[in-house]
Amino acid sequence: MTDITARQIPDRLQSPVLKAFKSWETLLLAVAIAIFITNSFLSPYFLNAWNLSDATFNFTEKAMIAFAMALLIVAGEIDLSVASIIALASTAMGWALQFDVGVVPLVLIGLGTGLVCGAFNGFLVTGLGLPSIVVTIGTMSLFRGISYIILGDQGFRGYPSEFSYFGQGYVWWVISFEFVLFAVLALLYYMLLHRTNFGRAVYAIGNNPTGALFSGIRVARVKFILFLLTGLMAGVAAICLTARLGSTRPTIALGWELEIVTMVVLGGVNILGGSGTIPGVVIAAFVMGLVTFGLGLLNVPGIVMSIFIGCLLIGVIALPRLWSMWRA
Amino acid sequence: MIRLLKSREALLVAVIIALTALIASRFPAFIAPANLVNVFTDTSPLIILAIGQAIVILTRCIDLSVASNLALTGMVCAMVNVAYPDLPIPVIIGMALMLGAALGAINGILVWKLTIPPIVVTLGTLTIYRGIIFVISDGAWVNAHEMSASFTGFPRAEILGLPVLAWLAILTAATFFVVIARTPLGRSFYAVGGNPNASVYAGINVGRTQFWAFVLSGMLAGLTGYLWVARYSVAYVDIAKGFELEVVAACVIGGIAIAGGAGTVMGAILGAIFLGIIKNALPVVGISPFWQLAISGAAIVIAVAFNARAGRAKGRIILKKAEAQAQGATAS
Repeated sequence: MTDITARQIPDRLQSPVLKAFKSWETLLLAVAIAIFITNSFLSPYFLNAWNLSDATFNFTEKAMIAFAMALLIVAGEIDLSVASIIALASTAMGWALQFDVGVVPLVLIGLGTGLVCGAFNGFLVTGLGLPSIVVTIGTMSLFRGISYIILGDQGFRGYPSEFSYFGQGYVWWVISFEFVLFAVLALLYYMLLHRTNFGRAVYAIGNNPTGALFSGIRVARVKFILFLLTGLMAGVAAICLTARLGSTRPTIALGWELEIVTMVVLGGVNILGGSGTIPGVVIAAFVMGLVTFGLGLLNVPGIVMSIFIGCLLIGVIALPRLWSMWRA
Repeated sequence: MIRLLKSREALLVAVIIALTALIASRFPAFIAPANLVNVFTDTSPLIILAIGQAIVILTRCIDLSVASNLALTGMVCAMVNVAYPDLPIPVIIGMALMLGAALGAINGILVWKLTIPPIVVTLGTLTIYRGIIFVISDGAWVNAHEMSASFTGFPRAEILGLPVLAWLAILTAATFFVVIARTPLGRSFYAVGGNPNASVYAGINVGRTQFWAFVLSGMLAGLTGYLWVARYSVAYVDIAKGFELEVVAACVIGGIAIAGGAGTVMGAILGAIFLGIIKNALPVVGISPFWQLAISGAAIVIAVAFNARAGRAKGRIILKKAEAQAQGATAS
């Protein structure tokens, strides 16, 4: 990290076809297909439309946050408090239940809490100029801590039955509402990052914040919006997760920040900022979902899966570096 | 003299005294010597870990795996004790130090040789180490009656009125005062964090210095692992879960700059004592322990904001901000 590396300038450009073939996304897609095939051989229960539909719940909520997190990481920041925002948003919704509010206010409360938390992170990072990594480690305990203060060792339940549609509803046959939402958000974030000025600004900031500032990009504002978006997505995920579980405990979504960051990094986003794509994150979501679902079918306990995810996170970054060291 | 009075350490001492006085004015029993010894002993693991973490943060890294390292080493010590109850305590401690250092070295190697950002490495090893505990223990607990009396008795044995656990915290602090202030390695921790490019020209191997910081942090986590398990006489998968946040909080409150290169061991120790007093005062004052997570979170946020202000007031290099922005990726 301290070496000053000159940019490699090739003699001629690669052909687009070859470039696409050698890209991280293609490799990842191959891995996803390989896992899919392995799983279908390992377990007779894997190739079943309903089982596969259930498997999507393993990653849809996390992936929603991962899209916004990908933009944030491309811009050179990070938000480790997302799982705690889910806990706080879910607690706020559960707290509102006692006033017998309808489904729409519940949703608004969930989204609002996410936005407020995101704005708080964004203010601390862009307004006060603090490093996002420490700020969000702090808000990670702060947000979940508030959840603990409100809930203690208790929990909220008794969400209205219409509310459960967000987590348990199906749009058509085996296509769940969450999966549709995941697909729509994937498309929206693809447009935002790859097809708008805002997206280009995000890349510019990640590559060279000072240069971006001098090019007339409002660096602080863009970063603030990214924190807001990440908070909002955590709110959306909180609604889906709460609706799916039907209850709120302060330990809800504990440790998700790790899986979400892993998903983003696995999707080929450079953890140092400046590069990465949304399609990569989408495929990474499928890879992680298929792996955890496959291991689950083989009765592997959750904590052992977490070893696997930890190794995945380090391995995904380590292997390309080992490869280039070996070739050098 | 004035610089000493204006330092973060002096401020923290004043805050700690004020806080203790405030609690004592309502609950005089809190400052009874016996209770103060209890509070200090209770805070000792946090002090030891905060010293290790402070060194890592000085070099612009962060070690989030300390709590998992602690739990894994503690579980291994407990299992070894159950299998070989006659093994003398010094051997157990030596083993804890070695295993902890080895786990820290894994972090260090990944940061040094593969230049993976420390936050990613230690987020990964945080789950991996915790998962390994489950694998080696099968999720079972090692309980008090399975451990030998000398194993659990050691941290609680009293010398001159203080338990060994507290003495070890003092010993660690003394050792690291010397290491940081009087050895080339100790000075290079500051150099690497203060300006990595300049330290390369000064002949300091940045990666290797960071590696040693991780080894030391891991070693102290390993030591704390044995002490923790022996003190509470129980080892299971989830011990000290989330404790890494409290350790980082202690350092940040103690004025260790997260951008590296600034802060003192004394600051980290005082930060840990501050958190320890709050933790022990909550039940006395009658506040639910569920408040603790939010309080340490708020303490981190306030301390980071405060550190940034303090750094700016001193006018520490105008370029620092541009440099920090350009290298911001290094820190995250």
